[in-house]
Amino acid sequence: MIISNFTPFLSFLGGLLIGLSVVIFFVFNGRLIGISGIASNFLTSKDNRFSNLLFLIGLIIGPIVYKIFSQEEINISISNSFYLLAFAGLLVGAGTRIGGGCTSGHGISGIGRFSLRSIVATVTFMIVGILTVLVKNLI
Amino acid sequence: MNKIISLICGIIFGIGLTVSQMINPEKVLGFLNIFGDWDPSLAFVMIGALVISSPFFHLFKNNKKPIFAEKFSYSNNKELNKKLIIGSSLFGAGWGLVGLCPGPAIASLALLNLNSVSFVIFMFAGFYLVKLLDLTTQAR
Repeated sequence: MIISNFTPFLSFLGGLLIGLSVVIFFVFNGRLIGISGIASNFLTSKDNRFSNLLFLIGLIIGPIVYKIFSQEEINISISNSFYLLAFAGLLVGAGTRIGGGCTSGHGISGIGRFSLRSIVATVTFMIVGILTVLVKNLI
Repeated sequence: MNKIISLICGIIFGIGLTVSQMINPEKVLGFLNIFGDWDPSLAFVMIGALVISSPFFHLFKNNKKPIFAEKFSYSNNKELNKKLIIGSSLFGAGWGLVGLCPGPAIASLALLNLNSVSFVIFMFAGFYLVKLLDLTTQAR
């Protein structure tokens, strides 16, 4: 194991903002943030549809706001083929709905409430994610 | 008010993903690459988020009512079952393949990256498929 590209300070700061968003949503709107839940409910359920849409729009505005204030470019790199992106997208969409949460829903909102179910889910998707990367690197 | 809060929370969440660089799948794949060049940053994002959220959940869990809604509404599902493990495993496999999970995938639409658009379209197809087959586990 070699540690590289580690950005502890900015990661922690970004994490605090994510936590703040989760807290505001909980205290004011009475709901827990899980992005897969909000996004899939927007698609498939009439309850809170407009509210869910506004959250998703905000999620897209966030990086733009950051860019305006920081005057920095946001660099991302996704270099997979279309078929791999489609397959992975399907897995993430279906998996998060079958398992009832993703990195935010289980990993933050769930673990934050000390939910054993969410701890089990988070450990599971992290182990499978780590194994997937390991196998991918071997191929 | 409730709707404005949703928008504001989305914006703060999106800024958080950008500041922490979790919007970049390479950063996430670096975290999952424990046996190679490991980047522990994602763990610090989770710690940051939990440091804030966890105390507030415990302070407010006995409150009768949220400020702008009639009641708290979230599932308190405690069941540890096959669906939880299978679903989380499928998610973990997709996450490890390209490094995108739902939050960063949607936030990255802001960058007009065609690859993230493709991913998001198929992620929504996955949501819809599960709904169609009636396999959904209500959020959390």
